[in-house]
Amino acid sequence: MHELSIASAIVATAERHAGGSPVAVVRVRVGRLRQVVPDSLQFCFGMVARDSVCAGARLELEVVPAVLRCAACEHEWELEEPPFWCPECAGSEVAAVRGEELEVESIEIETVTSTAEEGLCIGRT
Amino acid sequence: MHRTHVKVLEDVLDANGTIARANRADFDREGVTVINLMGSPGAGKTTVLERVVGDLPGVRVGVLEGDVRGSFDAERIASLHVPVTQINTDPSFGGECHLDANMVRSAVPSLPLREIDLLLIENVGNLVCPAEFHVGEHERVMVSSVTEGEDKPLKYPLMFRACELVLVNKVDLLAHLDFDLDKFLYHLDAVHPGVAHIELSAKTGEGVEPWRDWLLGAATHEHVHA
Repeated sequence: MHELSIASAIVATAERHAGGSPVAVVRVRVGRLRQVVPDSLQFCFGMVARDSVCAGARLELEVVPAVLRCAACEHEWELEEPPFWCPECAGSEVAAVRGEELEVESIEIETVTSTAEEGLCIGRT
Repeated sequence: MHRTHVKVLEDVLDANGTIARANRADFDREGVTVINLMGSPGAGKTTVLERVVGDLPGVRVGVLEGDVRGSFDAERIASLHVPVTQINTDPSFGGECHLDANMVRSAVPSLPLREIDLLLIENVGNLVCPAEFHVGEHERVMVSSVTEGEDKPLKYPLMFRACELVLVNKVDLLAHLDFDLDKFLYHLDAVHPGVAHIELSAKTGEGVEPWRDWLLGAATHEHVHA
């Protein structure tokens, strides 16, 4: 349900970094705890991207597993589903080490090849 | 043409976060505590506000109403002689189901921040999207009603984990429902261990006092999350 808003934010982020060039690929890391439905996000991305430099771009999603850490016994575990209680000591003071990511990792943009730009590309990679 | 790889490493909601921090700075400068009230449509968000806004001694209250369309809720609050500002999210494509920091930003100039101590923001009724978008608030409260089923925390962990307090509303109906309150509280603790909750009925007034006290505490102590 929130995928449309997230797709809009992804396109806006990609656009800011594309410098006006057409975008071919957008790579996004999504933590499991963000409750994002990948298929829904793909669908919304295609729709929102249509009128932007991301038109036709491929959205590559990397789903990051949820890893929790117990403050009491320092146990770390991968959470498949609730409860969030520590499976070792039943502690309830737990923090997410991974799984809350929602980040544009990188984009690939189409550029006209020239010597000067090649230099720039290497610098930016 | 060739392809160039550009590292971005930017939080998707970074732009929202930046604006939320600007809102927060404005609220802090004027000494206003801001509560973001979230919950599904029909959970009773407006009613739990109506119950308390006129009865917080020593605290000057303002309300910001977020709705997709219309100003029905704002009119209900205004009839209690509390300053209320309405945001309609309808014109904003893609942002219609929640308030975001920018919408609240646009309302800041029309908020009487100098004349209030506590701003209650009623978010758009929705159990998913509002959890993703901070608007500059100090505390987040969600309203969940016993007519919604005891499995809701398991289905919407993002929302139940995003708040500091859960109001369990409509407890006057428990006698007529199959709702298992203990099971709901077990599920709530499973997705958000240790989160505070208050059982109340905004209709009968049962349990409203602890909710009022919580708001008084939030409005009068220094912002713990500042």
